[in-house]
Amino acid sequence: MDAVGYVLRLIWELGVYLFTVVPDLLPIILALATPLALGALCGVLNERSGVVNIGIEGIMLMAAFFAYLTGFALHSALGPGVSIALGILVAILVGSLLGLAHAWLTVSVRADQIIAGTMMNIAAFGVTGYLNRLIITPSGLGGAGVIAPFHLPDAVANLPIAGPVLVMFFDQGPIAMSVLFIVIALQFALFRTRWGLRTRAVGEHPKAADTVGIDVYRQRYLNVIFGCALAGLAGAFLTLESTGSFQNGMTNGRGFIALAAMIFGRWTPIGAFGGALLFGTATALGVVVSIRVPEGDLGAIMRSIPSYWYAALPYLMTIVILAGVVGRSTPPAADGVPYVKEGKG
Amino acid sequence: MSRLRRAAGRVWQVASIPLLAIVLAFIVAAFVIVVSSVFTSSGLDVFLPLGAYGSLLAGAFGSGTGISNTLVAAAPLILGGLAVGLGFKAGLFNIGVAGQFLVGAFAAAVVGASLAGAPGAVGVSLAMIAGALGGAAFGFIPGLLKARTGAHEVVTTIMLNNAAVLLLTWAVNDLVRAPGFSFPRTGDIGNSALPILLGRNVHLGIPLAVLAVFAVRWLLDRTTNGFEIRTVGQNPNAARYAGMRPVFVTTLTMTLSGLLAGTAGAIQMLGVIGFYAPGITASVGFDSIAVALLGRSDPIGILFAAILFGAFRAGAPLMQIETSVPIEIIDIIQALVILFLAADLIVRRVFRVRATKPVISELATVARTWAGGTPPGGTP
Repeated sequence: MDAVGYVLRLIWELGVYLFTVVPDLLPIILALATPLALGALCGVLNERSGVVNIGIEGIMLMAAFFAYLTGFALHSALGPGVSIALGILVAILVGSLLGLAHAWLTVSVRADQIIAGTMMNIAAFGVTGYLNRLIITPSGLGGAGVIAPFHLPDAVANLPIAGPVLVMFFDQGPIAMSVLFIVIALQFALFRTRWGLRTRAVGEHPKAADTVGIDVYRQRYLNVIFGCALAGLAGAFLTLESTGSFQNGMTNGRGFIALAAMIFGRWTPIGAFGGALLFGTATALGVVVSIRVPEGDLGAIMRSIPSYWYAALPYLMTIVILAGVVGRSTPPAADGVPYVKEGKG
Repeated sequence: MSRLRRAAGRVWQVASIPLLAIVLAFIVAAFVIVVSSVFTSSGLDVFLPLGAYGSLLAGAFGSGTGISNTLVAAAPLILGGLAVGLGFKAGLFNIGVAGQFLVGAFAAAVVGASLAGAPGAVGVSLAMIAGALGGAAFGFIPGLLKARTGAHEVVTTIMLNNAAVLLLTWAVNDLVRAPGFSFPRTGDIGNSALPILLGRNVHLGIPLAVLAVFAVRWLLDRTTNGFEIRTVGQNPNAARYAGMRPVFVTTLTMTLSGLLAGTAGAIQMLGVIGFYAPGITASVGFDSIAVALLGRSDPIGILFAAILFGAFRAGAPLMQIETSVPIEIIDIIQALVILFLAADLIVRRVFRVRATKPVISELATVARTWAGGTPPGGTP
């Protein structure tokens, strides 16, 4: 019975700890979840139309670099506001162009989709590392500036219950703030509009869609390009809204965690957002445990776990989620299958 | 004479697309070098690619040291390429070579250091076995997960790569840090170092890697397990109906793939690096994918592709010193090679080559099992 009592006490202490810590963490959680959510939405749009994209990581990295490069190059000439806005536009443009490349490779050339994505990741690593060494490092300059987050008036932030939630979504920079709206808009678009119906049709049964006159190729191109534009926005978030700097390989697996969030959310925008928030929470808790140490027996256990294990938590969680959820959720039926128009063999 | 010509024709049939993909990649990379030279202090330089590629060649083959550096760099790529290629044969895409390589290197470093004073034969063989088993264990996990739950190895192995870096850093800091050094690292490997066979750095790991080429070839062509691996890769459903065990084959293949990658880490550790410290990065991971694709996942093809990429890695530093072209151009060339192999339509159009078989036909299986469709073991 002692063991049961001990476990119950641990659970109770964990609940109390989360209750005291999480409200303060909410804005950080959304910030950590933002690139994951945008990447996951990219995955949803791609795979709903039947195109697998494991190159999200590379697209994010490439957009992050060019957003930074733009901000960095125009910072002194145009001032931080304009240069950052242009940087975000460049990131979206880079994302769209890489999306066009992925669509061309997978839809028109019918190259293997997994290899095309792998190529994208390696190319992004190479191109950004190459240009970083060639342009940014020798200039000896640093910093493209960061977008200052918006702050709600104290009267609103101190409201009971609603306060922390409003702070979570609105004490943010513009990209993180827009994520919630993008998620809701896409959820509506995917399930309530003609475009969404067409997208799902070409992802589930392209031949039937073709028969009723939907242009399968066009629909897939549009979805991949638009999705990758969102991945580009995620890249801009990393360099211009979150850190203000660029390091080689700074996406650090986020593009793949985003895919896990997508699968966790069963290929729906809202579900993917939930998955991203889950990963954001795990990451935030991993950091905060060492700063605000929990008390009691739980604290003793949590302190004894090395910080590197907390840092590895999101990656390990991804694996557990994939192993636990995948078998029970169904991807779009034509996901990853190139479509060959009749008579075009 | 006609026999010779027929043999050459056969080689061309297999090797034409990979060779032309390399040529095309170097041409496109030359454009990248010229365009990006605008941003350097010396300004636009149309002939920069010639100088850069010249230094690359000179660094890789221009001297005895260059050639031995090429061989040393090729050895882990041979094993890593075999790891990825073996996965392809079973319709699996092991992107986890980087992580399995690190675990193998770490295990070899720890066992090697603890046997530093033992006779060399004992230290080397036990450290090699430890590295191989470490990599195998790290390949077994995603293999079993794929076989049992359908969790796709493309995502799980990459997550394991990231986790391996963090957890091995923790292990070196807190578990096996050697006393007497200013930074966290494992102890000296002493007698456990792989013996040097030739010159300054040509170590025993190089012939071992070549031996592995023939071992994998034998496994695939001459054993029942190899036959099962190839059948599952071509068509998992047919394999199931034929009474084969896709769950077993998937797990076995990933384990063997991890074993090869772990061995790559072990020979690099015992033959080149000498101790494990956080921050050891493994470009071997991505390189191995390019090597396996370029070799069309055939062991002999992988051997040649690995020597080629070994030459790139060995020659790149001289290129960067002499011409200031960043070594990352190798990553760009690598991505381009993969691009032209994946979209071999481009190569065929540019060079007007007739259609051959797809570069690696089992790749269709990799995409088909994406997002868990059905685990290889059937519906759970």
